[in-house]
Amino acid sequence: MSRETVRQKVQEWEDKVIAKTLAKFPERKPRFETTAGLEVKRLFSPGDVDGDGYLERGGLPGEYPFTRGVQPTMYRGRFWTMRQYAGFGTAEQTNERYKYLLAEGQTGLSVAFDLPTQIGYDSDHELAEGEVGKVGVAIDTLRDAEILFDGIPLDKVSTSMTINSTAAVLLSMYMAVAQKQGVAKDKLQGTIQNDLLKEYVARGTYIFPPGPSLKVITDILAYCKDQVPQWNTISISGYHIREAGSTAVQEVAFTLANAIAYVQAAVDTGLDVDEFAGRLSFFFNCHNNLLEEVAKFRAARRLWARIMKERFGAKDKRSQMLRFHTQTAGCSLTAQQPDNNVVRVTLQALAAVLGGTQSLHTNSRDEALCLPTEDSVRIALRTQQIIAYEAGVADTIDPLGGAYSVEALTDQIEAGAQEYIAKIDAMGGVVKAIEAGYLQGEIADAAFAYQRSVESGEQVVVGVNQFQVKEEMPKNMLRVDREVEAYQRRKLASVKAERDGAKVAAALGELKRVATDGGNVVPPVFEAVKTYASLGEISDVLRSVYGEYTEGG
Amino acid sequence: MAQKKIRVLIAKPGLDGHDRGAKVVARALRDAGMEVIYTGIRQTPEKIVAAAVQEDVDVVGLSCLSGAHLVLFPRVAEGLRKRGKAELLLFGGGIIPAEDIPALKESGFAEIFLPGTDTGDVVNFIHERVS
Repeated sequence: MSRETVRQKVQEWEDKVIAKTLAKFPERKPRFETTAGLEVKRLFSPGDVDGDGYLERGGLPGEYPFTRGVQPTMYRGRFWTMRQYAGFGTAEQTNERYKYLLAEGQTGLSVAFDLPTQIGYDSDHELAEGEVGKVGVAIDTLRDAEILFDGIPLDKVSTSMTINSTAAVLLSMYMAVAQKQGVAKDKLQGTIQNDLLKEYVARGTYIFPPGPSLKVITDILAYCKDQVPQWNTISISGYHIREAGSTAVQEVAFTLANAIAYVQAAVDTGLDVDEFAGRLSFFFNCHNNLLEEVAKFRAARRLWARIMKERFGAKDKRSQMLRFHTQTAGCSLTAQQPDNNVVRVTLQALAAVLGGTQSLHTNSRDEALCLPTEDSVRIALRTQQIIAYEAGVADTIDPLGGAYSVEALTDQIEAGAQEYIAKIDAMGGVVKAIEAGYLQGEIADAAFAYQRSVESGEQVVVGVNQFQVKEEMPKNMLRVDREVEAYQRRKLASVKAERDGAKVAAALGELKRVATDGGNVVPPVFEAVKTYASLGEISDVLRSVYGEYTEGG
Repeated sequence: MAQKKIRVLIAKPGLDGHDRGAKVVARALRDAGMEVIYTGIRQTPEKIVAAAVQEDVDVVGLSCLSGAHLVLFPRVAEGLRKRGKAELLLFGGGIIPAEDIPALKESGFAEIFLPGTDTGDVVNFIHERVS
């Protein structure tokens, strides 16, 4: 039966059957939409799916355009990496949490750093006051990194580090710890986020202006391709863009627009696209609207494959594959009736798995209130294990592929994202668009529209604007003691007293020379880290050369 | 004579860059007819106090989710008192444990808004307190 015939039949059904039904039983809303405002039709049929054919739009798993997945057998061979984002207080406390999570069956580490570490301040800096060890672990020197990974075999565990402005420093510390464990750099597996453009758009943990930030990123790409070949050198992140309030379509569009800028910057320095693109990875958010989210991941994969092949001429299959980590949506969790968050996280994790993620973090039920407790992080990890081992959805590849609704939404999200990317190209690229405040404005509009839809009741949030109960704010939440700050300062002072001051000064001097001359800064950062130069000292040298970025300037 | 518009400073103290909540509140207050100045992220308490004085605002709202509120919020209140601005209406919001709210109120904050707050409640709160 042709698509046209199907369309006609559906139309007849709408005219005859539906019209009558609606007269008797009106539907809940005049129009049904995804959270990104895409129309969800009453019925999706073959008439709604683009007719370019199965192979062109879907393809086979592990084959261009990777809509159905990047690996030939997907989870039939091996589940996604279960990687809980964790870190708080001191390196000692966080090391204990890692060992707990690994013992409970987590399969990869994911390090959360505190804000001073992310922004290049030591724990004794005045701007660090009140922030030390709060949203992640405090790392000042190699000593902290040694404690953080103590007893964890770095040749066996892969580690993701959510670090951007100071990525070169943390990667260097990781390499130095590995060296002490006798693990060669080419055996190291993991990811540094290293995605600065989204910091200017959505998350704010930048240090340098965009130009020098891109320079440091390409230094890392160049260094790792030879020295740390199994390392994912950048994880281009839509997660924070979505948390800041973007829609699913904007998340795909802005993330891929940033990715285009990184690839272009690296190509402009003379790297061949196939030399580094296989090590690029992505990081997406996953919200509650299950069908939209599954479609989003499929659309992102197809669009990226096309961009890499058609725009950048990438020939290697690995350069065309969009591999991604997913985190369930922190901003979707509610402080009201926190146990409901377990259900939200389950739905989101399921969508990520149905969407073909390579690695997954499931948020804990108490995250709208505080850092996760051991109990709540275990439930979050168990959620992934139940989906993996009990739900059966990992036994076939891309289980929702071919569903008319999912295919139609995939097409729509791809088209919407393409439209944004064309607009950004017309503005002169994403850096110009960010400088003009375009992305930030689009995200702020979407965030406000969402808030309005919650307040009007159009978007139901269970326990918040419907189905409320009288409840007290829960007690016994995880808190980071202020003592952590004092402890961290004492530890830093003792490292500084013990280290060879002349070696530190020489290493920092060499870093300044290389940065000023425009050379690759990763080797001198690595050398400085090994002398126990602090993260703040190294960042100050780079600040003195590159300058600092301030919002709106 | 037209009533003088209520002037509000929305500020993000500390190193945390998540300002979705601050921006949404700023916009809702503007929609409700107030004049709103948003400082942008990564402000020190001193800078926030200086901006509040310079802009001659009636209300200061702070947002924080990093957990640094117990250090940073009271410092803003203290700074305003020192500059003779103890009468300003202060409120805060973010990821703030319930058990910290009494201490923040003690330090001078009239209200702390938690996740899930309706922006209409913030608007009403300001209208009730500032005439």
